[in-house]
Amino acid sequence: MEQTLFYILAGVAVIGTILAITEKHPVHAILYLVTSLFSIAVIFYLLMAPLVAAFEVILYAGAIMVLFLFVIMMLDLGHPEKGVSPHWREWLPALALVGVSAACLAIVIVARHGSTASPAAASLPIREVARHLFQDHGLAVELISLQLLFALVGALYLGRQK
Amino acid sequence: MIVPLEHILLLDGLLFFLGMGGLLAWRANLIMMLVCIEVMLNAVMLAFVGGSARWGSADGQLFAIFIMALTSAEVSLALAMVVYLHRRRKTVDTDQFSEMKG
Repeated sequence: MEQTLFYILAGVAVIGTILAITEKHPVHAILYLVTSLFSIAVIFYLLMAPLVAAFEVILYAGAIMVLFLFVIMMLDLGHPEKGVSPHWREWLPALALVGVSAACLAIVIVARHGSTASPAAASLPIREVARHLFQDHGLAVELISLQLLFALVGALYLGRQK
Repeated sequence: MIVPLEHILLLDGLLFFLGMGGLLAWRANLIMMLVCIEVMLNAVMLAFVGGSARWGSADGQLFAIFIMALTSAEVSLALAMVVYLHRRRKTVDTDQFSEMKG
């Protein structure tokens, strides 16, 4: 049951991403990407990470994608006929790179292990995750908060009107 | 662990390479370049969470959360820069920004 769900969600994520990066209209591309992000969020939930799944929906699909849509609408970029979209010839080197890289990855993974199901690890309660976060990675939390402050100041500086 | 780790790694490798190919193909459009970078970062998060589920350790989930915070900072700065560049040249075509002005 969960296995079938995982493979369906993986297919939805890959197809959504392909549609997102080949779509000429930026708003449609963002909406396809939101579909892909939702399915990845459910994959996170299946992988026993409910906290990351919730953050994926709230932060990624909620905040960041809305920020993209907001900038596209503010700058009036939703006209694909005016915008620059790649010619089909520009896709060829990208397709070659994707094909070679994916084939190399598949060969390495298949050569290292057979596809045997690994033993189940114990699921982590959120209390345990939070204890690890604030006890073992306290410095990283402080650095992330500093980084968000720098991003705020930088965005204010770049966005001010002369 | 519902599926073998190799299948999760294959999925996120595929997503990462799709983002990389999209970044190469869309190198003339700033907004779509940022979208492709989002796809790549999301694939890396999937790798961390898969490793966390495989070995039962919380560190993978924590690094996924750190990547998410990093991404929000990066996107806010990058989109502010896109707005700034659009104000200067009225376009998001990267080929138009080929010269510097002191």
